[in-house]
Amino acid sequence: MATMTMAKALNAALADAMLDDERVVVFGEDVGQLGGVFRITDGLQARFGDKRCFDTPLAEAGIVGFAVGLAMSGLRPVVEMQFDAFAYPAFEQIASHVAKLRNRTRGALSVPIVIRVPYAGGIGGVEHHCDSSEAYYAHTPGLKVVTPATVEDAYSLLREAIADPDPVVFMEPKKLYFASAEADLPARTQPFGRAVVRRPGTDATLVAYGPAVPVALEAAEAAREEGWDLEVVDVRTIVPFDDATVTASVRKTGRCVVIQEAQGFAGVGAEIAARVQERCFHALHAPVLRVSGLDIPYPAPMLEHTHLPGVDRVLDAVARLQWDDQPDARWLTEAGAA
Amino acid sequence: MTTTPQAVRRESRRGSRPATTPDPARALMPAGEPVRLLDPDGTPLPAHPDYPEPPVEALVELHRRMVIGRRFDVQATALTKQGRLAVYPSSRGQEACQVGAILALNDDDWVFPTYRESMALVSRGIDPVEVLTLLRGDWHCGYDPAARRTAPQCTPLATQCVHAAGLAYGEAYQGRDTVALAFIGDGATSEGDFHEGVNFAAVFKAPVVYFVQNNRYAISVPLSRQTAAPSLAYKGVGYGVPSEQVDGNDPVAVLAVLTRAVAHARAGHGPFLVEAHTYRMEPHTNADDATRYRDADEVEAWRDRDPVARLETYLRARGALDDAAVAAVAEEAEAYAADLRDRMHDKPTVDPLSLFDHVYAQPTPQLVEQRDQVRAELAAAAEEGDA
Repeated sequence: MATMTMAKALNAALADAMLDDERVVVFGEDVGQLGGVFRITDGLQARFGDKRCFDTPLAEAGIVGFAVGLAMSGLRPVVEMQFDAFAYPAFEQIASHVAKLRNRTRGALSVPIVIRVPYAGGIGGVEHHCDSSEAYYAHTPGLKVVTPATVEDAYSLLREAIADPDPVVFMEPKKLYFASAEADLPARTQPFGRAVVRRPGTDATLVAYGPAVPVALEAAEAAREEGWDLEVVDVRTIVPFDDATVTASVRKTGRCVVIQEAQGFAGVGAEIAARVQERCFHALHAPVLRVSGLDIPYPAPMLEHTHLPGVDRVLDAVARLQWDDQPDARWLTEAGAA
Repeated sequence: MTTTPQAVRRESRRGSRPATTPDPARALMPAGEPVRLLDPDGTPLPAHPDYPEPPVEALVELHRRMVIGRRFDVQATALTKQGRLAVYPSSRGQEACQVGAILALNDDDWVFPTYRESMALVSRGIDPVEVLTLLRGDWHCGYDPAARRTAPQCTPLATQCVHAAGLAYGEAYQGRDTVALAFIGDGATSEGDFHEGVNFAAVFKAPVVYFVQNNRYAISVPLSRQTAAPSLAYKGVGYGVPSEQVDGNDPVAVLAVLTRAVAHARAGHGPFLVEAHTYRMEPHTNADDATRYRDADEVEAWRDRDPVARLETYLRARGALDDAAVAAVAEEAEAYAADLRDRMHDKPTVDPLSLFDHVYAQPTPQLVEQRDQVRAELAAAAEEGDA
């Protein structure tokens, strides 16, 4: 056991994957000598040489398209998009080729690429540096979309992503990069497609992923004072999604709040809420609620705390889970009653 | 005192710069005029210093495949009229480019085609029924790209340019001397991925030949709306890529220029860009009406530069083709078309449950659920049909 940051665990996962498999190559912008702007690729070029870890021209579509070609030649590319919003130029390559090549060719071609995306906010970043872009990828069949919330998961999920036969968009919550935890590497946690109960509870389920997981855990701690015993489920892999674990938890508790940092409308949390009510309707004592960022472009740093869903907003939602069997007053407007 | 650019040039001519410093861009520049080895009527031109004429056996084979390719193309257009294909983007008129590119490559080189390269793919020996799968609509890519070393025909414009760079670099990285040839049209040179692809290939010295078929129209939009450059071949220069322009309706010149481009790439000198000036005789697809944007006179003028007739005239004059040989090739092309016609009359079987195959290596639990649902729907429909 050692105390380490998520950034260090990700770095170790890349190094171990490169050590184990010669086909693994790591490239992107500033990932070589500099080691990446978040230092996730720190030391890889020095250790493995500039053929295995290299800088590219500053062109995200080019980086991902180049990875497609490298994968076709038999390599296992791991590419870094420097920031969430900087990955948008690559979206055509991702949606039209990375996600579809296996399907278009009936399995004759596969593109086992990992696209690492530092995402989400909470770090005081200026515009275009804090987007939560997971829904775009999760809405694209053919991609796996993974986001760790713990140090050991960061290592284990990245190793699994690199070994996976399918393309994986690996979303790294920036604000958790430098959070430390005890970790025993090389850790092997639960595989893709498995959500994990981070905190058992009996009264309601908080479902969260990525940067929202620590918020959910903190809210669950705070809720004890209110007399609520909350269960926290960490989704971990948005695609493939683990209906079974989420459903089992909500059937047990009878109440559910889905938490995401991203803007809420048409987001991953909306999908989770819909799936929960489809599968748990008869076990539910209250509507499934969502707590999310606001439906606004990511705000300027001095305003981001208003945007980000925090503990208070989560506790407010928990309070509205009809504990007294009364309808949610919030929806009893004229329009809502009509 | 101001220094004008003219003054600077005068200065440099006077020798203030060492005479031995060559302009590094000079070696990358295309010829001012497209390379041409045959006149439009098939008369040979004087030997070209940079592009020796390919061996006559290669030219005879080029002719054969062009005749078959054209017959295939005409047949595919006919199949759309019979409702066998949803759509067909013809490359009639571009036979020299379609076939010349294939003959310049080895079998284990990679090709990155667009949707207009059906003729090139059959010329590569891929079963025409497999090539037309995409357009018939029973799946997307009908051939095995890994086995045929041919990427799926690419519809999102220019995106294949970057794949070619990656594939070629990856092959070289693993010690193989594969060359990748990426087809691209004039319109797609305006797309960002063209520029990113050429730039990546150049920076990583990837053995790629970028082959621009400038057929003068992107559906309806003329070349003048794509570029103000004197030739698309100049687009390589800014990326440090040697470039050439060629008469795309001169089969001998196309094969000669591409042969050199492939050799350049294979020798480890990095990518090479070729622009072929050609013309799409048919509309963009059968669904397009080309009379809305171009004159019949223009099309007629290009008919006089027909690449098949041009090569046939030349090979007959050289004694490499005679009536019997020409008739034999025509017969072979007819048989090829007849076989294709027959096989395309069979309605392909499609399996709705195959929709769930190959989305991922293993279907997700959600896809398994949806497959079960579709299976139940199909069973219910079948039962209703029986009742």
